[in-house]
Amino acid sequence: MIERILIVGASLAGVHAAEELRAAGFEGELTMLSAETEPPYDRPPLSKRFLAGHCGEEELSLRPVDSYAALGIKLHLGATATGLDLGRREVHTVDGTVHPFDGLVIATGSRPRWPAALPRLAGMHTLRTAADARRLADEFAGSPRVAVLGGGFIGAEVAATARGLGLDVTIVEAAPTLMSRALGPSFGDLLVRIHRDHGVDVRCGAAVVDVTGDIRVDGLMLADGTRVDADVVVVGVGNAPVTGWLASSGLELDDGVVCDETCATGVAGVVAAGDVARWRHPRLGVTRSEHHSNAVEQGMAAARTLLGQAAPYAPVGYVWSDQYEHKIHALGSWQPGAETRMIGPSLACFVREGQVVGAAGIDARREVMRLRKVIEQGEPCPVSTG
Amino acid sequence: MTGQAHVTAADGNTRTVPVRYGVKLMPELRSARVGVVGMCGGNAACGTCHVYVSPSWLGALKAPGTDEADMLDELESRSPQSRLACQIAFGPELDGIELAVAPHD
Repeated sequence: MIERILIVGASLAGVHAAEELRAAGFEGELTMLSAETEPPYDRPPLSKRFLAGHCGEEELSLRPVDSYAALGIKLHLGATATGLDLGRREVHTVDGTVHPFDGLVIATGSRPRWPAALPRLAGMHTLRTAADARRLADEFAGSPRVAVLGGGFIGAEVAATARGLGLDVTIVEAAPTLMSRALGPSFGDLLVRIHRDHGVDVRCGAAVVDVTGDIRVDGLMLADGTRVDADVVVVGVGNAPVTGWLASSGLELDDGVVCDETCATGVAGVVAAGDVARWRHPRLGVTRSEHHSNAVEQGMAAARTLLGQAAPYAPVGYVWSDQYEHKIHALGSWQPGAETRMIGPSLACFVREGQVVGAAGIDARREVMRLRKVIEQGEPCPVSTG
Repeated sequence: MTGQAHVTAADGNTRTVPVRYGVKLMPELRSARVGVVGMCGGNAACGTCHVYVSPSWLGALKAPGTDEADMLDELESRSPQSRLACQIAFGPELDGIELAVAPHD
């Protein structure tokens, strides 16, 4: 009988797990630990409106602060987990507190990767937390020349926001196009064009060989011998799951917490959700997702699993991005080996072995959404969306 | 600290859903399983929490912000009663609100 549930991590996945536990009828003790010192907030604005100064602090808040208490959730801030003892079924936090549990939701998320060869000079940033966004916004206020290292979601959005503020921006991306890991090379070409049209110096297929500057960064040297002058460098080269605190727990780890298709780990009463979870997707195989909608849906799915209402977690996957005046929407994902078929001027289907595995569009939300069933049921590619 | 929303769900049945004051309508409706999806988690980006608010309650709502207005303009099933549940903050002034879950595009 589960009487005490502990949720480690109080961002999207953790908060949605907590709310779903209550919605599904769990009336026992519910505690949520957050490594952050501020109440849970939503991340999408951090690289967009918040970074641009177009949205206040209060708009970041995920829920009204008193809503946790209203649901009977004990929220501990600044409570970074340092260890998990599966024998005693307790989690240890940085201040020495021991949190016993019957059921555990692991939702510690991910943090930005920092390439080992890259020095950490002043002016070099990653963007993950609200504190990161505040620091970067302060830097942008000084009209710096900005270099963005990595042209994925974060990099492309930061570049668009910085251009919107009138800053000089260069994107340095190793792949041949932007956002190609998620959206494939052909679709990425459309994004390169958009960024160039807005005045960004886009360097694809480029590698950084050196960072120049003494205390503060002043530029990047690229493999082709060119130099990018920069007062601020934003590093957006992917994230790593936060599993250090689980290293000696005995839980199976492999670039995330290994879960079955219901988000359950190998240990009874222990589930994982969000960026930190590597689960067996019924259609896609073993995978891990760092997208907003997955954190929401997987948090809820893991909660139900914990309450004995397990079902295979098989999301289509949804992601959006705002860049300049454009809204990009994608369902499913491009996958290595998938062919991109343009079925509209800014609308693509990703097809693998004759089946649609994803779709993406620029300013084509409705057309993308209509492909949801096609992706879910693995149907052949439509000729056009009419 | 909790009020009610009278919701005509996607399946056509009408239900009374408890809603806490101070929170947005979307997560509460999603928890109640009335057909609200809320894929983007409350960012007015996906249009999957589209509801029709009863005309007598429309006036009690704050006007849509730019993001919500842009999204509503795009919805095929839009009507003059259309709103995104993720942009409606619930409070005592909305206790008893009547709305219907809109069909998805």
